[in-house]
Amino acid sequence: MNNLSDILDFCKDLAFDLHFKKAKKWKSSYEDRILVGYFPIYFPREIIHAVNGMPVGIMGTGDRKQIIKGDAYYQSYICHLPRGVIEMALDDNLNDFDGFIFPSICDCIRNLSGMFKLAEKGKFQRYFDYPQNFDKATGGLFYRNEMEKIIDDMYKINKIKLTPENLNNSIKLYNTNRRLIEEIYNIRQEFPWRLSAVDTYHVIRAGLSMPVEEHNLIIEEVISHISEDIGEQMDNIRVVISGSFCEQPPVGLIKSIEMAGCYIVDDDFMLGSRWIQGDVRDDTADPLGELVNSYLTQSPISSAVYDVDNPKGKRLVDLAQRRNADGIIFSAASFCDPALLDRPELQKECDNSGIAYITFQYHENTGQFKMIKEQAGTFSDSIKLWV
Amino acid sequence: MKTEQQEVIKEKSMLIQKDMLSNLFKELSNTHQTGKKVVYTFVPGNLTELILAFDMLPVYPEINALQSGMRKKSASYIREAEKIGFSEDVCTYVKCDIGMMLNGNVGPTGEKLPPPDLLLLSYTGCFTFMKWFENLARLYPGVPVAMLHTPYQEDGCITQDQIDYMVKQLKEEVIPKMEMVSGKKFDMERLSKMMINSAESEDLLVKILETAKNKPSPIDAYFAGVYYIGPMFTAFRGTDEAVGYYTELNNEIQERLSLGLGPITPEGELKEEKFRLVVEGPPNWTNFREFWKIFYDMGAVIVASSYTKVGGVYDLGFRHDYREPLESLSKYCMGCYTNMNLPQRVNLLADYVKDYRADGFLINSIKSCNSFSAGQLMIMREIEQKMEVPVGFIESDLVDPRYFSYSNIKNRLESFFQMLEQRKVIMAHEN
Repeated sequence: MNNLSDILDFCKDLAFDLHFKKAKKWKSSYEDRILVGYFPIYFPREIIHAVNGMPVGIMGTGDRKQIIKGDAYYQSYICHLPRGVIEMALDDNLNDFDGFIFPSICDCIRNLSGMFKLAEKGKFQRYFDYPQNFDKATGGLFYRNEMEKIIDDMYKINKIKLTPENLNNSIKLYNTNRRLIEEIYNIRQEFPWRLSAVDTYHVIRAGLSMPVEEHNLIIEEVISHISEDIGEQMDNIRVVISGSFCEQPPVGLIKSIEMAGCYIVDDDFMLGSRWIQGDVRDDTADPLGELVNSYLTQSPISSAVYDVDNPKGKRLVDLAQRRNADGIIFSAASFCDPALLDRPELQKECDNSGIAYITFQYHENTGQFKMIKEQAGTFSDSIKLWV
Repeated sequence: MKTEQQEVIKEKSMLIQKDMLSNLFKELSNTHQTGKKVVYTFVPGNLTELILAFDMLPVYPEINALQSGMRKKSASYIREAEKIGFSEDVCTYVKCDIGMMLNGNVGPTGEKLPPPDLLLLSYTGCFTFMKWFENLARLYPGVPVAMLHTPYQEDGCITQDQIDYMVKQLKEEVIPKMEMVSGKKFDMERLSKMMINSAESEDLLVKILETAKNKPSPIDAYFAGVYYIGPMFTAFRGTDEAVGYYTELNNEIQERLSLGLGPITPEGELKEEKFRLVVEGPPNWTNFREFWKIFYDMGAVIVASSYTKVGGVYDLGFRHDYREPLESLSKYCMGCYTNMNLPQRVNLLADYVKDYRADGFLINSIKSCNSFSAGQLMIMREIEQKMEVPVGFIESDLVDPRYFSYSNIKNRLESFFQMLEQRKVIMAHEN
């Protein structure tokens, strides 16, 4: 077994490799392999994997790339993520990708798909519309058609047909991946000091640009390490972070929250990798139908999903209680309409349930954390002293 | 800067529209007596004919918000919404609407608006609509919500499976909820008959907007255009009143055209058309008159705009069709401007520049409307390269007066007009 710190260093480098070298190397080893980039939040990666493709999560540039050209494409009042993506597209970062998928989450991501179309980046650029109708015969059929369009796009590139066997195999691998990630969260639920939130973040984010088979092995090793009694417990409060599902917070921000005395026991940073709650059936003749069902019935709390019949405020409170959290930190990217328009209602639910919370906004390249650290520190102290 | 406001000259069609709106708001304020049911819904992808076919009355929160902006009430409403946790960063239509509701829901005419009996979430071309109605659903607990998810024109066209998806939602989600709320059975024939009126009004609207292809243009297709689209995009499409209004408006404009007259502005007729522009993006409502004045003072006429297509791009040929009412409503929802992908938008705007013989292309980028704003700078580059016309870019907001900087906008526009002037001189010299 590898040393934990070596594994973590490996994941840290891979998580922020904005040239996606590992994924590109994987592609270049065989002729019919394809690379498909997808943007936050969720995409059923199984359908790419099943046709000899690697789904690569593109989560923005964070604070790792200077944005010059990207700023010329966006006004100051639009979030930061798409300007970093455009910068990467105009540089060579996204060369060798065969296609790009823009899941339906907000108007910025939607229009970014149009910008990729205009720039003719990749062999296909597809806005992936999720149904907001959750009836199997209506929204389910729509969702299936959406997936089939992408399957067709990929077929045109490498001529590999999607078979039930291949898709079942891919579903099995991603079920394992989600289960292993959940296992890390469950261990951290009891012993959050064994693996920091930043390290957890790196381990999961690294999985966005490597083969899932390899990622599963890495997580298994991490789990073996953190199943041991390692690290030192601190007198920290336990918090859930909400609102960071698309544009990612800079790592310094996650670190600042922890250093200020808050164990992050759940979050929505890498929500796409944890989207389906529980397993997708991997033993049927219609695995595509199983992916449809899982989206309709096993999706998590998300600002991108219409929630009138299943209000996310109540679900967030349930999550915080299940994780035995002392409070919630609402941490959203500036100008993120989905997260920020949900916030008043989520706060109201916290008020009604007596759950303490604080709020702040960030950009993926925010460089100053002093204020956030002070705010989180005061939050932690106030809970320790008064609650 | 203060400008002396002159008395606005009103034509017959304007008075007709004023009466139509005034009667609607009166009717809305009397629902507690008449028992009429009220449906809150959105302008893009509105199902007005369907609502009217159930004898219900529509309320459009965006229209209330823009009216609040024009009446200088939006600033305080927005502050109210921010006090309960809405970020400064988010859509100001949402905040204005929620602030108005928290302040007693008094509408633009000073009469109290009734609460909704049904929230009809026609989710077309704007992700924020969904978040908006999720919020309204909590603010009006117990009020049913009918969700109509409109697929985006991802491939630049409307496909049969998308139409089927929408028709199914209309049949299984929207119509049953309307029947439940109104207590009436759905009458397809009644809906179908309304669509004959819809198509007639739509023909007239296109005829009106296309008069701007003439030089001089008898209309301003942006500032005046927002009045022309009023009845069509709101509560009247499909009614006899709308046909009457558009017939009168068309007569007035055809007469102006035959006399070679320019557009009517709040200060009378524009005497000299110096510049012809295509404008992308919604206008600012808080300082609408001041904003318009900058243009007409410089002799600039907007000959085509994307904003007047948010409630339907009728000039591309779509008409409500009485022979297939539900399919037609579905196609209508999917065809609205903000539901078109960026290459489609670029092509449409480029065609406008060509067909309307525009001297320049201008974007008014709105701080709180990502559906329009995200990608606009790329649209601008594309138009500049494709059409080889000068392009300009200004920024403001829908209803938040904190984001309207008069001097800034005026300076930028003056530079833009100088550029257009210079180009005219050079082109005249070259020819």
